[in-house]
Amino acid sequence: MDPDLIANILYATIRTGTPLLLVALGELVCEKSGVLNLGQEGMMLMGAVAGFIAAYHLGDSGIGIVSALVLAMAAGALMSLLFAFITLSLNANQVASGLALTIFGLGLSSFVGLGYVGIALNGIQPWELPLLSDLPLLGKVLFSHDPLVYFSLAMAALLAWFFRSTRAGLIVKAVGESPESAQALGLPVLRVRYLAVLFGGAMTGLAGAYLSLVYTPLWADHMSAGRGWIALALVVFASWRVGRAVLGAYLFGLMSIMHLVLQGFEIAISPNLLATLPYLVTIAVLVLLSSNQARSKLFAPLSLGKPFQPGH
Amino acid sequence: MHAKRTFPIARLALAGLALTTAFLSGCSKPEVDTAEVKTESPQESVASVTGQEPLKVGFVYVGPTGDAGWTYSHDKARQFMQAELGDKVKTTYVESVAEGADSERVINQLAKSGHQLIFTTSFGYMNPTLKVAKRYPDVKFEHSTGYKRADNVGTYFDRAYEGRYLTGMVAGLMTKNDTLGYVASFPIPEVVRGINAFTLGAQAVNPDVKVKVVWVSTWYDPGKEREAAETMILQGADVLTQHTDSPGVINAAEAQGVYAIGYHSDMSEYGKTAHLTATVHNWGPLYTRKAQAVLDGDWESEAFWGGFADETLSLAPFNDAVPEDVRSRVEAAKAALIAGELHPFHGPLNDRSGVEKLAAGSNLSDEDMLGMNWFVAGIEGELPQ
Amino acid sequence: MKLPLNIRLEARGERSRVMVWLSPAIAGLATLVCGSLLFAALGKDPLQTLYTFFVLPLSDLHGWSELAVKCTPILLCAVGLAICFRAKVWNIGAEGQLLLGALVGSWLALSLQESDQWWNLPLVLLAGAGAGAAWAAIPALLKTRCNTNEILTTIMLNYIGLNLLQYAVHGPLKDPAGFNFPESALFNDGLLLPVLAEGTRLHLGAVFALLAVVATWVLLTRTFVGFQIRVLGEDVRSAHFAGFRAAKLVWLVLLLCGALAGLAGVVEVTGPIGQLVPQVSPGYGYAAIIVAFLGRLHPLGILFASLLMGLLYLGGEMVQIELGLPLAITGLFQGMLLFFLLASDVLISHRLRIVRAAPGATTATVVSRTENLPIGVP
Repeated sequence: MDPDLIANILYATIRTGTPLLLVALGELVCEKSGVLNLGQEGMMLMGAVAGFIAAYHLGDSGIGIVSALVLAMAAGALMSLLFAFITLSLNANQVASGLALTIFGLGLSSFVGLGYVGIALNGIQPWELPLLSDLPLLGKVLFSHDPLVYFSLAMAALLAWFFRSTRAGLIVKAVGESPESAQALGLPVLRVRYLAVLFGGAMTGLAGAYLSLVYTPLWADHMSAGRGWIALALVVFASWRVGRAVLGAYLFGLMSIMHLVLQGFEIAISPNLLATLPYLVTIAVLVLLSSNQARSKLFAPLSLGKPFQPGH
Repeated sequence: MHAKRTFPIARLALAGLALTTAFLSGCSKPEVDTAEVKTESPQESVASVTGQEPLKVGFVYVGPTGDAGWTYSHDKARQFMQAELGDKVKTTYVESVAEGADSERVINQLAKSGHQLIFTTSFGYMNPTLKVAKRYPDVKFEHSTGYKRADNVGTYFDRAYEGRYLTGMVAGLMTKNDTLGYVASFPIPEVVRGINAFTLGAQAVNPDVKVKVVWVSTWYDPGKEREAAETMILQGADVLTQHTDSPGVINAAEAQGVYAIGYHSDMSEYGKTAHLTATVHNWGPLYTRKAQAVLDGDWESEAFWGGFADETLSLAPFNDAVPEDVRSRVEAAKAALIAGELHPFHGPLNDRSGVEKLAAGSNLSDEDMLGMNWFVAGIEGELPQ
Repeated sequence: MKLPLNIRLEARGERSRVMVWLSPAIAGLATLVCGSLLFAALGKDPLQTLYTFFVLPLSDLHGWSELAVKCTPILLCAVGLAICFRAKVWNIGAEGQLLLGALVGSWLALSLQESDQWWNLPLVLLAGAGAGAAWAAIPALLKTRCNTNEILTTIMLNYIGLNLLQYAVHGPLKDPAGFNFPESALFNDGLLLPVLAEGTRLHLGAVFALLAVVATWVLLTRTFVGFQIRVLGEDVRSAHFAGFRAAKLVWLVLLLCGALAGLAGVVEVTGPIGQLVPQVSPGYGYAAIIVAFLGRLHPLGILFASLLMGLLYLGGEMVQIELGLPLAITGLFQGMLLFFLLASDVLISHRLRIVRAAPGATTATVVSRTENLPIGVP
């Protein structure tokens, strides 16, 4: 293949992987603290619609965009607060509450967005980093993206450092591994979990804004089209490690680009069968990763999904 | 309906349940006017056609009205009809109705609650529409994109391929790389027909042109549609079009500085410099006509397949980038289409492998177009079978 | 911020038998109140809207039969999932297992179109159930052999199953006389499930679903295997000490669930649909997850929960038809009801108490039965 095509494919891979990465990072922190939130689709759509409406009214450049992104994060966080209250304070089942959050978010976003269908914005434009973006190949692949791509990578680096080297990171992990012992040590289990869930909601809301302001700058009902579910799988795929989440997001991005690119090479396979490729690869990689039983068990937060009732 | 065996005991049990609810609903709030919903006999529900009661017209949509594509175009047409006919009609719609077992229930419920004309706007509603129509012989049904009819079920569609042919001409004249890109949903005849017509239109003005096709296996996923468009831009396509529901392809073209052609509605809003023109469905006049026919009592089941000639189809305004000579060639072709002097599928036509599909001098029959499952020469990529 | 007065949740010593029944009623009441406010805010008469949502769909025999038709696949999937979830096997893949059941069942049905034997239909149903079980065997194999997380594999297999179905219906199983549209031929009458009440769509599949509820109840409460499943769910280690082979149980629960979901799929295509179409399921397998939890993983609870879920769909359509409320509102309303139901279950294990907050009361100490749990921001 010619180098330009490869560079372009890699560029598209990073863009496709970015919304998945944003959601996955949020959910990773949430799950590290022991909470399983399946409401990504709902939170993502709320982020998308809130970001779009804000950008429409406040303008889609400069301050307007920044406020739109902040509002999208707030919308996602508010949705996750609802989830947190029900599951953490009222001990409702996390799996079912997450699914209910998705149903609720689908309805609410569509309701809020009723008057905004058919409107177009310019959206967030890529930043061509000076000098760096002129580099051959790498310049295009790495340094000509929109700000959210850089933000997602910076956030990944920050989280990797957070979990590796900070006390707060240790606390989140401790709460996720054994809330009982964490509490015995005097750690505020519920507060940590609330914050983790809120962080997850904010990141997911931002991913929604990525769809409605960067990827396809428009609002349309249910425009997340299942990306939340894929991001959820990514977290498991990454075995709760930040670095692997980045790799996984881009691997998944690459797979979903490749199944489209391959069609251009006149490969006579049904597009439906080609479309199974990303999922098959994910399963294969996961099997390879998890075959070493002792290792993989180390990574899953032990109390994931289990309700924690202090003193019960 | 298929003749099925029945079990009396189950019917008794059901009757018991129904009685219980009837009792419960009697106890609750009587102020709701349930009379029209409870009309068991279809004959009664139609009795009001002749009176002053507005004609109740129901719509079943496959997507949300906010999808910006197919369903959006139907809902705009519903509003157009409502505005045209005013008090004479009352419209109802149910959105995002799944094409499986759910659709029959929704269509049935619309018929049962006194709707006398029901538009079912997706191919998957074909058999459910026919089943319900059999139960309600006096209610009129209009099914979009299908091929089965009955005395009270008509079908309607637009000859979108005419628009595809003309927009193909625009693409063929505007491309610099002689490479066009087509984002397609599923290999069904409606989509295949559009791809072929687009290709033939482009080849009519530019014999060297090639059309690349990417199948996204979804009707609606703005992000994925954009990805597909971008992979074709990577591979050299510089005019794109799509047969999916969102403007994602237009977004991609605008961002990457290539041209695009819309479908379903005028999508210029999403690509002010990229969007050259679009094939636009214009169901409004048709819906108004059909409702008026039911009001007048002269509705008849027909296989309506309209095009530019009866304004069921139109082209969106040209972008300033389209030069005058391109416009005049397209307008001339459009006039010829309307006059019946030009047919997009005019022989000789060969498929990709060189097999003759249509002899020189003849036009492809409607039936052959309806079931089209082959690609004309000049399309890159196999047609999935 | 610390308020002098605080509403607290206090753990009960044991589960409240009253609240098991009362908490759904409380949730229902809360939904009615909040729903009324929502509808009133939208300028709709709340009483009329609620009536249209919950009573009108069931105002006649036909409505009840439609409810049963809608609930059948959800119920079949949900009881299967309950078996898995009891054993803490997190099968999210009922959707894919259902689709495979529909796919393989349809394939067999289409190849039996010409023959006219009484055993054709039972054979088709068995094939569907078998296919669902086979699809569930993949995560079972990967979990027991490679220790692969079943949440992920089952989600992935849902997507793969959907694409396989799409491939089949656009390709090999397409109706040759169907102008290349992606639908199979209509099945012959002999391959369709018998209708139980004339003039309705109520079919034999509803009976299968009820039988599945009873069978699951017997399995979970009256058999040794059920006991093993519950022990496995409580604690893998004690199951191990008791000498149960966890792997065997994982296989068992996944195969059972797969078979039930596969049956749901084949029942849909041989029942209300009558052919293979691209959209066999509008997400029954996912709805069933909510239903399983709403029903507290108990077969009887699941029966009620599935009826409620089905009614929510029917009512959602009814308010669109009768009152012109957009679908978005019904989604909001459904989400709200589910939240209330899930949240109010806390009352089974806890009681509400208004207490004076002692300083530092929010830092709870370990394992004491009467420990308080503050509501709201921790």
